[in-house]
Amino acid sequence: MNLAFSEADLAFQQEVRDFLVQRLPADIRDRCARGYIVGNEDLIRWQKILNEQGWMAPNWPVEYGGTGWSLTQKYIAAREFASACAPLPTFGITMLGPVLIAFGSDAQKARYLPRILRSDDVWCQGYSEPGAGSDLAGLKTRAVRDGDQYIVNGQKLWTSYAHWADMMFCLVRTDPDAKAQEGISFILIDMKISGIEIRPIIGLDMGHTLNEVFLEDVRVPVENLVGEENKGWTYAKYLLQKERNFVARVAQSRHLVARLKLIAAEQRVGDGHLIDSADFKRRLTSLEINLRALEYSELRYLSRELHGEKIGLESSILKIKGSEIQQGLKQLLVESLGMYSAPYENDMMPIDSDYLSIGPQHMQGIMAEHLYGRGASIFGGSNEIQRNILARQLLR
Amino acid sequence: MDFELSEEQRLLRDSIDRFVKSEYPFSTRQEIIFSTLGYSEKNWKLFAEMGWLALPFDAQYGGFGGSPVETAIVMEALGRGLVLEPYLSTVVMGGGLLAAVASHDQKERLIPQIVAGELTLAVAYLEPQSRFDPADVETSVKSTVDGFVLSGHKCVVYQGCTADKIIVSARTHGAERSREGISLFILDQDMEGVSRKDYKTLDGQWASDFFFSDVNLPESALLGQKGVALEAIESTLDLVISAVCAEAVGAMAAANDITRDYIQVREQFGVPIGSFQVLQHRWVDMYMEAEMAKSMSDVLAMRLRDGDEDSALMVAATKVRIGKAGLVVGQGATQLHGGVGMTNEYAAGHYYKRLMTIDILFGNQDYHCSRYEQLGIVA
Repeated sequence: MNLAFSEADLAFQQEVRDFLVQRLPADIRDRCARGYIVGNEDLIRWQKILNEQGWMAPNWPVEYGGTGWSLTQKYIAAREFASACAPLPTFGITMLGPVLIAFGSDAQKARYLPRILRSDDVWCQGYSEPGAGSDLAGLKTRAVRDGDQYIVNGQKLWTSYAHWADMMFCLVRTDPDAKAQEGISFILIDMKISGIEIRPIIGLDMGHTLNEVFLEDVRVPVENLVGEENKGWTYAKYLLQKERNFVARVAQSRHLVARLKLIAAEQRVGDGHLIDSADFKRRLTSLEINLRALEYSELRYLSRELHGEKIGLESSILKIKGSEIQQGLKQLLVESLGMYSAPYENDMMPIDSDYLSIGPQHMQGIMAEHLYGRGASIFGGSNEIQRNILARQLLR
Repeated sequence: MDFELSEEQRLLRDSIDRFVKSEYPFSTRQEIIFSTLGYSEKNWKLFAEMGWLALPFDAQYGGFGGSPVETAIVMEALGRGLVLEPYLSTVVMGGGLLAAVASHDQKERLIPQIVAGELTLAVAYLEPQSRFDPADVETSVKSTVDGFVLSGHKCVVYQGCTADKIIVSARTHGAERSREGISLFILDQDMEGVSRKDYKTLDGQWASDFFFSDVNLPESALLGQKGVALEAIESTLDLVISAVCAEAVGAMAAANDITRDYIQVREQFGVPIGSFQVLQHRWVDMYMEAEMAKSMSDVLAMRLRDGDEDSALMVAATKVRIGKAGLVVGQGATQLHGGVGMTNEYAAGHYYKRLMTIDILFGNQDYHCSRYEQLGIVA
């Protein structure tokens, strides 16, 4: 038993830190630090820097443009990126890439993987539907074979960033008579072709990340089928496993703790400041201690992986505990502002705006991030679904 | 970075697991609890033979030079069986204090006796007004020509009436809560002026309040130097907290196991109650708490072994987190067992009672939250 990282890993950590200090644009870092969504153009600007460095896709094998980092290095890099408030990697990198690499044809890999690395294509995920949320296998969007094309009809819901996307990886029903999980296929849809309509869904935070995507007689070439027809559920599950890596968000929560302390040191209460209040301190202490337990659990599970164990239910634990801590911190951040939690703008405001010229210096973004962050216990498999997954595996 | 046990550590854990499995079924534990001593002398001899009592001590005193990590491995395994033998009070706490403050001669005389299973210890460091603060010492000691005179009241001393010798903290000088002026003495039970009130504790062990009225102590009763024992008490408490947290981790794992087994066989409404989602989720919450607790306990043991500068904060954080987790698991185990969980004849409630005790011992959640805040809230 040993907590220390090796000299080589510590040197790697320094290398990542140096890179982030030198290359992460200050405006992008500032948006992320305040919890605002980074716009598509900014994201692409950052991804091009990453790609130039060769660090665009740490989770891909080297032959497809991956970094060749060890598990420990991937952990360290993800932690450093988050600590530096760099944008999170996008769907193409984290989700579609691994699926194409595992199940895609040579032609699909040759076409799409380099385009993801170069940020030529932005991808969105066409999974949820009005009738298929937690029960994803209930999806109804239909794809009917017509010669060398599929004709797709249906509706996707909660499709994040569909309005920026060039392409969508999409689950469709190709066999309506088979058992729910067995009639699903995984296809790639060009978002520019006719028959696709995107309607924005404005979130609680009054921002636009979510969409409805309507598909009406959309013609998709058969070569855009990934793997075999009706095996899409297997690929979708594989993808969701990939999604669950680095779900603990420890570094992000540490950043929230730091913001909270900054605000609490400034906010006046009685003769002193919020940071001196016993009630506030006790709530912060409790969250900090929970965060330690989460961080060490992530390390303990990483150690399991390093010893060749497969990680499954551990991701669900990290997701539940991680999202609870994040939401707890965001709740406390909102409360720390007192009355100034009420004034609201959903995006960065010019420094001379009325909104920013009132209230505490660090209030910008806190309520928006809190509202958006309520989704952390809902997306990627809600915390209740995660508990079902744990119960299914542990209580059999 | 590696949380896996070494081959030697695995063998150690497996040997205690085997002991708990064969010698500590719940029915046997019930018999041991109601015996005069409250633990089994036969088991204690076995602990000595197995070398478990030698584990943390230096080789020059007959020990194996084990670290807090090995102590945690032992305690976690003992925790699974709610083992009653006084490993914590004798080896970890009493032995820890001897190792920290005693003179070479004292160690040479006393530690081999512990290792051989011939000496058990209890530590009297708290007083009615001190709550959990080891610096709050009113018990006083005055120097005489050939020794000391001790007076005061020490409270809830675990194994106070079963131990062969008692280690007592007392003040030679300084104000009531001053960090200066605290010394440690080792006493025999039968000294004149020592009286005791003995009672059973919530978790089925023996404890005592001690009353010292002008007890004459020889020079040799003083452990180490006069007036400078507080740091050693605190560093020993760090080790004790790590040990008891590991014990809680073992107890939580076992409580979760028996609860899982119970809800899978107990039927109501024609189906196992474990098929109900509301019970599944409650059990999953208990399981996740135990997982967080295990991570904290492992890291604390490693930090203490490595002398990490963060270890004081880590001690407080771990005690808080594990205290909380223990209550979630213990109360959950009782709840999911229903009426059965309320009986003294079934193990679930005993896990709860020990986990609740551990939450209190050596400072409860509020106490260690305050310590954490005083040490400086750092991210």
